[in-house]
Amino acid sequence: MSLVDALPPWAAVLVGVLVLLGAGFACVGSLGLLRLRDFYQRVHAPTLGSTLGTFFMVAACVAGFSLAQGRPALQVLLIGVFLTLTTPITLMLLVRAALYRDRVEDGRQMPPPAPGDEG
Amino acid sequence: MSHAFLGAALVIAQLLLVLGMACALLRMLRGPRAQDRVLALDAFYVNAMLLLLAVGLRSDSVLYVESAMIIALLGFAGTLAFAKFLLRGEVIE
Repeated sequence: MSLVDALPPWAAVLVGVLVLLGAGFACVGSLGLLRLRDFYQRVHAPTLGSTLGTFFMVAACVAGFSLAQGRPALQVLLIGVFLTLTTPITLMLLVRAALYRDRVEDGRQMPPPAPGDEG
Repeated sequence: MSHAFLGAALVIAQLLLVLGMACALLRMLRGPRAQDRVLALDAFYVNAMLLLLAVGLRSDSVLYVESAMIIALLGFAGTLAFAKFLLRGEVIE
């Protein structure tokens, strides 16, 4: 007996809506990654997947596993906490690297480094 | 009825996530500069992790959640190492 059959009807609808929302946000974020023009625009798009997409998918997993097994399944929350902590670190470091490369190599008109910022 | 909706929603969600992975892969192949490719790799592993969660829901196994957590951990370390390389590798050249 799989999880899909073990859930009560209202919970099945709830989990289905949450899963669809999470996957939809992640897909829209990746489409934006493909379609936007500049790196500094593109860096905004995948955060849709790693914040809202992950939130809805983790909520769906917690609701689904908890209601199907009859006891709270909270280990999925760790993924949400971990991704919320690490995504800003990664992307800020990546944008710093991109700014550095653009200043050094391209000679594009980039804003100068802020005072006290080693970039 | 509602169980059929959940089954269909899980399949559609998996298809959407595979589409997202394809978009990220295309950006990784195309991306004009190295930082675009690293950003695409980051989006790729986040999508793959969400896909593993959806597969875990569909097959009622918490094991997939553990592997999704490992993907999140290792993907973070990988992207961080790439960003650090882009920042420091140029200093030496």
